[in-house]
Amino acid sequence: MEWETVIGLEVHAQLNTKAKLFSGSATTYGAAPNTQACAVDLGLPGVLPVLNKEAVNLAIKFGLAVGADIQEKSAFDRKNYFYPDLPKGYQISQFFFPILRGGSIDIELEEGQSKTINITRAHLEEDAGKSVHDQFVKNTGIDLNRAGVPLLEIVSEPDMRSSAEAVAYLKALHALVKYIDICNGNMQEGSFRCDANVSVRPKGQKEFGTRAEIKNVNSFKFVEKAIEYEVARQIALIESGGTVVQETRLFDAQKGDTRSMRAKEEANDYRYFHDPDLPPLKVDIAMINTIKDNMPELPAAKLTRFMQEYELTDYEGKILTASKAMAEFYEQAVAATDKKYKLTANWIIGELSAALNKEAMEIEDAPLTAKQLGALMHRIEDNTVSNKLAKTVFEEMWATGKEPDQIIDEKGLRQVTDTAAIEKIIDQVFADNPNQLEQYRAGKDKLFGFFVGQVMKASQGKANPDQVNELLKKKL
Amino acid sequence: MHTKTIEQLIQGLRAKEYSSVELTQHFLDRIAKHDPAINTVITLTAEQALQEAAAADKIIGSKDAPNLTGIPILHKDIFCTQGVKTSCASKMLDNFIAPYDATVVSKLRNAGTISMGKLNMDEFAMGASNETSFYGASKNPWDLECVPGGSSGGSAAAMAARLAAGSTGTDTGGSTRQPAAFCGITGLKPTYGLVSRWGMIAYASSLDQGGPMAISSECCAHLLQAMAGFDPKDSTSVQHEIPDYLADIKRPIKGLKIGLPKEFFTEKLDTNIAKVIDTAIKELEKLGAVIKEVSLPNIHLAIPTYYIIAPAECSSNLSRFDGVRYGYRCDDAKDLVDFYERTRSEGFGTEVKRRILIGTYVLSSTSFESYYRKAQKVRKLIANEYLNAFKEVDIIASPTAPEVAFKLGAKNTNPVDMYLRDIYTSSVNLAGIPAVSIPAGFVNNLPVGLQLIGNFFAESTILNAAHQYQLVTDWHQQVPTAFV
Repeated sequence: MEWETVIGLEVHAQLNTKAKLFSGSATTYGAAPNTQACAVDLGLPGVLPVLNKEAVNLAIKFGLAVGADIQEKSAFDRKNYFYPDLPKGYQISQFFFPILRGGSIDIELEEGQSKTINITRAHLEEDAGKSVHDQFVKNTGIDLNRAGVPLLEIVSEPDMRSSAEAVAYLKALHALVKYIDICNGNMQEGSFRCDANVSVRPKGQKEFGTRAEIKNVNSFKFVEKAIEYEVARQIALIESGGTVVQETRLFDAQKGDTRSMRAKEEANDYRYFHDPDLPPLKVDIAMINTIKDNMPELPAAKLTRFMQEYELTDYEGKILTASKAMAEFYEQAVAATDKKYKLTANWIIGELSAALNKEAMEIEDAPLTAKQLGALMHRIEDNTVSNKLAKTVFEEMWATGKEPDQIIDEKGLRQVTDTAAIEKIIDQVFADNPNQLEQYRAGKDKLFGFFVGQVMKASQGKANPDQVNELLKKKL
Repeated sequence: MHTKTIEQLIQGLRAKEYSSVELTQHFLDRIAKHDPAINTVITLTAEQALQEAAAADKIIGSKDAPNLTGIPILHKDIFCTQGVKTSCASKMLDNFIAPYDATVVSKLRNAGTISMGKLNMDEFAMGASNETSFYGASKNPWDLECVPGGSSGGSAAAMAARLAAGSTGTDTGGSTRQPAAFCGITGLKPTYGLVSRWGMIAYASSLDQGGPMAISSECCAHLLQAMAGFDPKDSTSVQHEIPDYLADIKRPIKGLKIGLPKEFFTEKLDTNIAKVIDTAIKELEKLGAVIKEVSLPNIHLAIPTYYIIAPAECSSNLSRFDGVRYGYRCDDAKDLVDFYERTRSEGFGTEVKRRILIGTYVLSSTSFESYYRKAQKVRKLIANEYLNAFKEVDIIASPTAPEVAFKLGAKNTNPVDMYLRDIYTSSVNLAGIPAVSIPAGFVNNLPVGLQLIGNFFAESTILNAAHQYQLVTDWHQQVPTAFV
């Protein structure tokens, strides 16, 4: 039987606010345990939450970016459960009335196809603290620095049909939250986390199969692996006569499998109810308009502009606008050249991307700056270095972070453009190769390339190739 | 000194008839002498109080001195006090020293008052008799075999015994008014949002409201003046201009329209209580008030509604008491579940556990719609009925409680019977409006309270009526014989 996979993702994006969602504590990652936890975060008796308006602004920003219906009135609810790193015994979330409903994100599939993934809802909620199990003998440590950090939970419709689509959606969402600067997207620090709802059904069937929720899939690779494992597990289970049960499963990154955490019957009854400590959250049109006026350029608009302003192809444009950091890198590099749009694009898509891939690095972490790459482009442009030697300069820049001019000087890579100097080399090549010269003059045209090669070699690659061609023709 | 009103004490201090140290020492002496009989004080901060009194004496009379400078008071042990044990009368918090002050505490301190300590109450404010306290019940000074009411029973009993010039209480379903009635003192439940809940340990957040308890409505006006006001730390606190309560209560009440809900004055009402209330209403009429019958048709639903909403919120509010970060923790837990189960089973008393269970049940996914959701709808209905009534009248009057103080232990076996005693008070919390209970007479030598209910932010109106009534009556000046 042919099976169809159905996937929906729940993403928790940590919002870039300085203070927590309901207290004034700082949100900086990596501080010493419990140094960023005040009375409110500790859930001391008598404390009360006060909403951080900045988190609301960031949620609205996301709503505008995905075309969501921004709710004039939303509300906060309590999700009740016991866990040592949940100080109040409940998490403040938006269960009944989320701030955002609807919206969508377009994803790119292979062969240039695109698909729209719909968003069900997105809501504000506070994060829990962290339990530390491995540092204390027979005890668990509780670090409440993260408790109360603002999250936007973004819930997609079950619109994805393969792990590749799920990864494409997750990447697009990841790029978007960074584009609009509401989340730093750091997956290692847990600032962008994902749970996947996965089910299978016979192809053509309308009803959804029973889904499993897979927790803890916190990298693009893990999402892919976890979904693929889970799909195979469910299909094998059904084909061998079993049935999929609704449950929460944990992805084990080490083993690459998923295992049952708790079945539906064991699931907590969270006893959601409106948090009486917080009045309804009202958003008015003036607030939305202020945010709209300050919206950064979104990926689609940026692509259109790149294609027009920098005369790029759709392919080049998409690569260069894939992330905010990439687009910024390109624009800064181009600005350091005299409109060398294509050249710069080629270098970023070619050399730079290859180098990044090799080291599994993001562009933000590149050891050379956009300005430096632009400076190198400028040196190609003004014939200081040849395109070929520029690659040597680039490698050195990558390795040392030095300025291209410094490298060119230190390594003596400056291109020879002095006609007399090139002619002198040509004369020497002719003198060293009398036979070939004779044959060429006798009509063996193919030997032209030989002479070009010899001249370039004799100049250690520094002679300007165009001039070499031109002068050779003249002299031969 | 101890029978004087706050206003008289302010004058006495300013005239240097006595110092704040003398006044404070006088009350501390009374606490030492009388409190063993009534068990109202959980934590006494005598040393600190006398130091503060000495500091107050240095500024009394100067223009920098706030209005209540040097006035000794006591706080219900539900308000967090920095560096002082804040127990909520629970074993769970018996070892808890608050690292911060409740807004009510800091506001009263800023107004010049001296805190002498913390008062007994029902555990986590759950109870109507003070018998649920981990520290044992407070006793009613009018009859030591009777309860003082609850949950602010310690506050009411301490006022009746004249152990301080004023006190604070909290009211979720009648917890300032019913003990005030049982002990023959004045207790106010302000409009929800008028007094900050920051630092006031939550029982049912949408109903809880702190308020003053003292011997007269004028004393309450003094305390409320200091306690009220917007607090950015409490999102449910309301930005509302605070009137001059002291000035407002002095107005004559001629023409004041007082409504009597027919649902409150049925044949079911105890005839002796009815007689006292009737006499009090006549007194108000003599002062120029106009009496009118009003109707609150769904008021009979207030108690079931209250006993769904309050436990629901309490079950969630009390989840934080898990032994992880502070408070009671069980010994030698086997695992996490055992840790939670035993910490909470051993740390909470029976009534608290009962309400947590009720609340957990009504919020569970299978009961939510039929209980909690429905209760919220009824709550709105009741609030609207009050608002409709206030289109016709300025104040609504009723008994505060359907009976006088009962014997200790009398209702221990029947919690529902105890719950039914909130009949006149809990609807006020559901509606979020203010009400005051004032002494209006005696039945069987025990005080009877008259409740005056006002519209939103009409504290001036109800305190005004109460004060005018107290100017022509002396019920509030009665002191139990053993505590004169």
